[in-house]
Amino acid sequence: MFPTPIAKTSRSWQLTYQSMLPVALILWLLPLIAVALFSIKPAGDFSSGDYWTLPSRFAGFENYGKVFLESDMPRYMLNSVLITVPTVIGCIVLSSMTGFALGVYRFGANLLVFFIFVAGNFVPFQILMVPVRDLTLDMGLYNTKTGLVLFHIAFQTGFCTLFMRNFIRALPVELIEAARVEGVAEWRIFWFVVLPLMKPAIAALAVLVFTFIWNDYFWAVVLTQGIESQPVTAGITSFNAQYRAAYHLMSAGSIVAALPPVAMFFAMQRHFIAGLTLGAVK
Amino acid sequence: MTAPALSETEYQPPKRSWYKRNEIKVTPWLFLAPGMLFFAFYVIFPIFQSFNLSLYRWDGLGAAEFVGSENYREMFDDPAFFTSLSNNVLWLALYVFAIPAGLFIALFLNQTVTGIRLYKSMFFFPFVISQVVVGLVFTWFYDPTFGLLNTLIGWVGLGPINVLGDPDYVTFGIIAAGLWPQTAYCMILYLTGLNAVDPEQIEAARLDGAKGWRMLWYVIVPQLKPATFIAFVVTIIGALRSFDLISIMTNGGPFGESRVLSFYMFEVALSEYGFRMGYGAAIAVVLFLIMFCFIAYFLRSMYKEEKGR
Repeated sequence: MFPTPIAKTSRSWQLTYQSMLPVALILWLLPLIAVALFSIKPAGDFSSGDYWTLPSRFAGFENYGKVFLESDMPRYMLNSVLITVPTVIGCIVLSSMTGFALGVYRFGANLLVFFIFVAGNFVPFQILMVPVRDLTLDMGLYNTKTGLVLFHIAFQTGFCTLFMRNFIRALPVELIEAARVEGVAEWRIFWFVVLPLMKPAIAALAVLVFTFIWNDYFWAVVLTQGIESQPVTAGITSFNAQYRAAYHLMSAGSIVAALPPVAMFFAMQRHFIAGLTLGAVK
Repeated sequence: MTAPALSETEYQPPKRSWYKRNEIKVTPWLFLAPGMLFFAFYVIFPIFQSFNLSLYRWDGLGAAEFVGSENYREMFDDPAFFTSLSNNVLWLALYVFAIPAGLFIALFLNQTVTGIRLYKSMFFFPFVISQVVVGLVFTWFYDPTFGLLNTLIGWVGLGPINVLGDPDYVTFGIIAAGLWPQTAYCMILYLTGLNAVDPEQIEAARLDGAKGWRMLWYVIVPQLKPATFIAFVVTIIGALRSFDLISIMTNGGPFGESRVLSFYMFEVALSEYGFRMGYGAAIAVVLFLIMFCFIAYFLRSMYKEEKGR
């Protein structure tokens, strides 16, 4: 193990390390801690200029209560959910099929198709922006959640295909060959042999795509504009315009907007990390 | 009788449908079709449409007027374009610091002490949060009147500096905000990479007297190559995709000094400056070509690895 395990070092270094850990963590998360602190301070603290003192009293309930009960935040959150969940499902359906096709079969264009998916996944959003916006307008889907979902599914399919294909490549070929010898139809091989083995990959992609889509801002701004369809990342700018200079509420709003992916991460950490490393780093 | 008796008993293979006979060839295309159609429709064709559009003048509503290379010519006389381009270079150059920084933190955290798992997760935190929130958090952090940064440097008698209001500092300020989640990402890549480092090689190197930096550079880093490759890919992509932070923190200001190509393109095509879709597309094409150099490099590396298997 590198660096030298702490247990094998001198007592003094062990103590230094143990005390450095929390200090480093606090420094690392300082901007976030500041916002968390802001979100539980009462409005009065800000008007009297006490930004960096401890809260004069705990106002967490009233600040967060305001965000949930009096602002548009719940609506934006609901929109985010209604955009994110269908996208995750759509991506997984499409990419488990493309991943299966590219991972199992050997045919001439295999690598070419695979590389088109991979390359498409890396292009800058701006090269797609005008045509995709136009397309969405033409289909009558501008400023709808459906329009956003359809685009997200298509774009994320690139990344998901990369991931699924690499995952399926790592499965034992013998399983599939054995099934073929038995005369099992190809689609049944997909459904009954490969799909059950893909559960970890599906879990990893689900958390990852959830986070990507929840945090998307660019496409939300390009393809939607009103409260009916905007997700929380875009909604928070209008929220902030509404509560300009009310730092306690803006902080509480930001934390609420950031929370779902964080919760997702902590719930499914192992899968999340497997996904981020593209399955390549074991 | 004259009828040949043989035809009655001639071997007849069981009738198989066309699909059955070609199952292995056809199945992959059936499975690929939905994904490929979606992807072609929303990602591949729009790229070509943008290339085409960059030769037109179009306000997004009326008829598009063909202007040839006019948009590109205009770009060369546009100081805002060059500001954005040089900021892009700055982003690329500084963003890669996320890679060594991530490695450094990963080495710091690669221990087995109580609670280390929680520490690792907490260090990873910034990456999970949306860039919009990171942007807001850092805007307040930099705020000249009450921001934590100025409060801190005020204690040692410096400041106040208005990071986001000063054309000289603004891009650095935003990049620093972007480095925060990006470093977290690189850290997690290296933490998983460090898990896979061969302990026997380390022991052998230790016996040979290697330690500290030499051990890191000659024994550990070469084994981390797959992690470094992915870290490099995601960092370059991240640097060229920077949009959210700029939009949230400065909206391109002050005086357009913090724009990058991705943001400038959006501004030109979809904001109060007028809907100049053609010119926007031309800027997008330039950004695409820059990105394409990297994409080609990534694909080449992947291709080599595929062939090497």
